[in-house]
Amino acid sequence: MSNDSDRDSVTLVGITLHVNGTPHALRVEPRMTLAEALRGPLGLTGTKIACNRGACSACTVWLDGKPICACMILAIDIRERSVTTIEGLARDGKLHRVQEAFIAHDAMQCGFCTPGFIMSAAALLTDNPQPSASDIKAALSGHLCRCGAYPKVIEATLAAAAMEA
Amino acid sequence: MAKSSSTRRESFPIGLGSAPSASIERQIPANEPPALPVNAVLEVIGKRTPRLDARAKVTGMARYTVDLKLPGMLFARVLRSPHAHAHVISLDKRAAERHPGLRAVHVIHEAGSTGLQTVRYVGAPVAAVAASSRVAAEEALSLIQVEYEPLPFVVDMDQARQPYAAPVFEFAPSEARSTSRSGNVWGPNKDPFSGGNRGDVEQGFRDAEVIVEGEFRTQVQTHCCLEPHATIADWQTDGLTVYTSTQNIIGVRDELADRFGLLPEKIRVVCEFMGGGFGSKLSAGDDTLIAVELSRKAGAPVWLCFDRCEEQLAAGNRPATWQRLKIGARRDGSLTALSVLAYGTAGVDTGAGVGNFAQGLYACPNYAMTQYDVMTNAGPGCAMRAPGNVPGAFGLEQMIDTLAEKLDLDPILLRDRIDPNPARREERRIGAERIGWAARHARGADTGLVKRGLGMAQSFWPGIVDTSSACEVRIKRDGTVSLRCGVQDIGTGTRTVLAQVVAEELGLRVEDISIEIGDTDLPRGQSSGGSKMTGSITPAARNAAHKALQALLAPGAAKLGAKPEALMVKNGRVALRAMPAAGLSFAEAAALLESDISVTAGRPADYGGLRVARDGGGIAVADLGGVQFAEVAVDIETGSVRVERIVAVHDCGRPINPMLVESQIHGGVLMGISYALFEERLLDRNSGQMLNPDLEQYRLIGLADTPQIDVVLLENYQGRSSTDACGIAEPATIATAAAIANAVYNAIGRRIHALPMHPANVLAACGLIPGYGWRI
Repeated sequence: MSNDSDRDSVTLVGITLHVNGTPHALRVEPRMTLAEALRGPLGLTGTKIACNRGACSACTVWLDGKPICACMILAIDIRERSVTTIEGLARDGKLHRVQEAFIAHDAMQCGFCTPGFIMSAAALLTDNPQPSASDIKAALSGHLCRCGAYPKVIEATLAAAAMEA
Repeated sequence: MAKSSSTRRESFPIGLGSAPSASIERQIPANEPPALPVNAVLEVIGKRTPRLDARAKVTGMARYTVDLKLPGMLFARVLRSPHAHAHVISLDKRAAERHPGLRAVHVIHEAGSTGLQTVRYVGAPVAAVAASSRVAAEEALSLIQVEYEPLPFVVDMDQARQPYAAPVFEFAPSEARSTSRSGNVWGPNKDPFSGGNRGDVEQGFRDAEVIVEGEFRTQVQTHCCLEPHATIADWQTDGLTVYTSTQNIIGVRDELADRFGLLPEKIRVVCEFMGGGFGSKLSAGDDTLIAVELSRKAGAPVWLCFDRCEEQLAAGNRPATWQRLKIGARRDGSLTALSVLAYGTAGVDTGAGVGNFAQGLYACPNYAMTQYDVMTNAGPGCAMRAPGNVPGAFGLEQMIDTLAEKLDLDPILLRDRIDPNPARREERRIGAERIGWAARHARGADTGLVKRGLGMAQSFWPGIVDTSSACEVRIKRDGTVSLRCGVQDIGTGTRTVLAQVVAEELGLRVEDISIEIGDTDLPRGQSSGGSKMTGSITPAARNAAHKALQALLAPGAAKLGAKPEALMVKNGRVALRAMPAAGLSFAEAAALLESDISVTAGRPADYGGLRVARDGGGIAVADLGGVQFAEVAVDIETGSVRVERIVAVHDCGRPINPMLVESQIHGGVLMGISYALFEERLLDRNSGQMLNPDLEQYRLIGLADTPQIDVVLLENYQGRSSTDACGIAEPATIATAAAIANAVYNAIGRRIHALPMHPANVLAACGLIPGYGWRI
């Protein structure tokens, strides 16, 4: 969505967001969240907003490599930190192994929550290259999937851990 | 669809399992393709193919309605009632209209009039604005001044049934007399969906040697689609284009045509990806109707997406129910009578109830159902994954276990005697073995504080068949193949199964088929609802592909000096059956065509007929079933129920893609556990407000609660269509809560009569704390 207001009274703040390795100069309202900035002016709609208050984790992105809910932080508070979104996870057209495993194991149905799950699962493998099923359950427990892909999310994350990084 | 009176005989594999030995002869329309052999000998159908759109979904490239942006697009917000029941006395929009970003205001009027409305639930839409940004829309919305005259209200079903209850709808006395309404209680609903009442229940109860009775309650569950209801409407002078998150693009188009007085062909409804529906997106919702109104007024595209609170208040739900079941049986278990009295509340709407579950599942000569809708001042209910049958199963399957106990029969043995469905019999056997049923202990036998139990329950859902839709298959001279159909993929994998069916017929790979769906400009599709999509649309896809193949083979046969029937397609080649090495590549064969091929085909009624035929479809002879087993651990000190394992044994005709079927079964089971243990819409009876209109206090199952789920999928060949496929979405969730309830009974020796089975409910059932409120 766009927050580009045509009202003169709204104070816009100039910021630079470093997203997927590229700096983007933006003028945003102070109240704009990172999720809104990504989806609106930057057009990175892979980051989904489902609850908009940190309850479902659909909007998970990395901030300096750590997963966060992009709906729970303001764009102006990002400053110099680097943001990685689902669009930035594949490198040179080669999918991240978590993405490959999610495809092979059908760890999705409607797919709306999928980018958020993948960002958290990929971050988990960086921190813990050989997680157990219960490590995965704990690390991804904040993510909601109404279609019920959970069993295959576990299966796919285990499979990704077993792949060559 | 071409209708042909000529028929031919064809032999089909029939029976359960991957290698059924039997076959059946059926008289089928002459222009139908040859019988498809069992999956084991096929190349593409029956394989665990990753879904075609998986890459788009894992890279964030899949574009959902909420992700789309049209040039000049405005943003809408809806003003909603803070009152559970009130007359709108005045509405002043002048201040809002002075907001510089405001482009249109839409005031919702009383249905069929220009007067201000009476709002009947917290969250009822009152007005909406479209503005240059979402922020501007919020600001303009806050400038609308509404004066309400609050009215008495009732949100609790039991209270609403009382004669002194505040009326949710007012009627003139003459009106009330002429309809079957008594205060807030409407009905009974006697829709004979599966044949209505039968026999004489009073006589049946006199004939009974054993009678069991019980009362059950279920809560309101909300759909919680992760993608909210969302629409972008673009009203232009020459037509209307609507991008919307829907399970039913064709239905939305027809509704909009009707509502706005437009020709259907002037309306295009598009849904390329959608983030969940579960029944709540089967028709044009408020998001769609309001966005269209605003776009018409503003002369620009309008984006409207509900927030999570709006989703919880006003975007549909599974109605609450209360039911009293009475079952009469002989000592051998055979049922003599079954009666159901049910009240349900879908808030300000009708359609609540316990479905046709008790009507259809078991053989019983005498059956009577009396089912009432109770009006309450709450958001309207709507279809939700197996509407009616989920609460229906929670009641009946516990009563069948109660009957088994009274007859001193194993619950599986009793079901073997009264359930006529041969697939479920086999599924009970397999599931029992898998869960370790033989080691099941007597109820409440564990001595510790954590008591374990095993339980099982069954699914029943009518096999719904749609014969109104069609698929087009195109083969171009460059060898490319596309399938075009105005259906949508709700997340079940409709794209993928269509591609598998076409690839199989044409001897190609899934990735060779380009699938065009999600647009009403394509041949007429159907809704993703009622578990009918795969069973209804894949035969049309195969029929179209088969006809396209005949057209492709004609010039190829001439070139190869053979008759078309002497040719086969396999591995991307057109070859002689007798000499597979000789032949052409698919592309070479296509290059021989004088022009591109385009064939459109539908599907006839089921081979062998339908049990109930209606215009545009009907109900199949065989129901959709399945059996689920649950293993639970109940902590009788805390009252917490933990589901440790589910064994789900299902069939859905010929599975086109077992991996995707398995995913849907996981989803049905998890939604069922979530319903059984966690979910409940809480309305404050003193204010009418929802107390948990979010995704934190409204608790959904998460990964930490996910048990081991063993899916056993049986092939069930029935020779009913050119693909012999059926759906799975609804059967997958019907049995779950009931199986858990029966397992909890086995664990603690107490029946849970109300959902959800949260700790207070369980402790009350154990007699450890008093029951509270309306709970039993």
